[in-house]
Amino acid sequence: MADVNRGNRPLSPHLTIYRPQLTSMTSIFVRITGNALLLAGLLIVWWLLAASTSARAFEIANAVLTSWFGDLVLLGSLWALWYHLLGGVRHLIWDSGRALEVPISEKMGLAMIFGSLILTALTVIVI
Amino acid sequence: MQYITDRKRAEGLGSAKSGTKHHWQMQISSVALLILVPFFVFTFGPILGEDYATVTAYFARPFPALVAALTLLVGFHHFRQGVQVMIEDYTSGLTRKFLIIAMVCISYGAAATGVFALIRLAL
Repeated sequence: MADVNRGNRPLSPHLTIYRPQLTSMTSIFVRITGNALLLAGLLIVWWLLAASTSARAFEIANAVLTSWFGDLVLLGSLWALWYHLLGGVRHLIWDSGRALEVPISEKMGLAMIFGSLILTALTVIVI
Repeated sequence: MQYITDRKRAEGLGSAKSGTKHHWQMQISSVALLILVPFFVFTFGPILGEDYATVTAYFARPFPALVAALTLLVGFHHFRQGVQVMIEDYTSGLTRKFLIIAMVCISYGAAATGVFALIRLAL
């Protein structure tokens, strides 16, 4: 017989009772980085629209994106992009039913942290 | 006592609606972005900071323009679905509906604006 108790069911414990762990922290940062990338996305769209509009509009958008503030946002977004990408790879591996054990998940978490930092540094050097 | 099966009670509720479709679409777009994002980083990155004439000439070329257009389209579609999950996790009721609608508008609005700009640059 199915459970007929609706609306008054006990909820499982959530974030507040857990000690921060590598797996949970690397996971929440995938969400934070993914959503924060909206800012860089909108800046780039604005920059492209300005470039397609006029030289004067481009000057304004380009000045914002290449200012110290723009550099800071785009550098942070570059790291966020690589981190989120590596987090996505981890999810694709998990979703295939592989590497679900805690030790290997933690290793992949460390790989995401250091991998994203290395990729960011490499990108800055190359471009 | 209700003469109704567990399946009948669960169907259409929660992730039994379209959860698998959403998940599968996220997998498709994430694999696509796995290829597009590195291309975009290394085509958009070097040109940022160049002058107006160089930038407009650069995005008139097919490869940088197509990479940028595809990254924006797939990226904002991926964002639209990802942000929906976050909104559903932390909000409910009218707030949830309002935020999802707002984010859908921003996502498709930004993608359309970016693609429009790229087409204008190419022409």
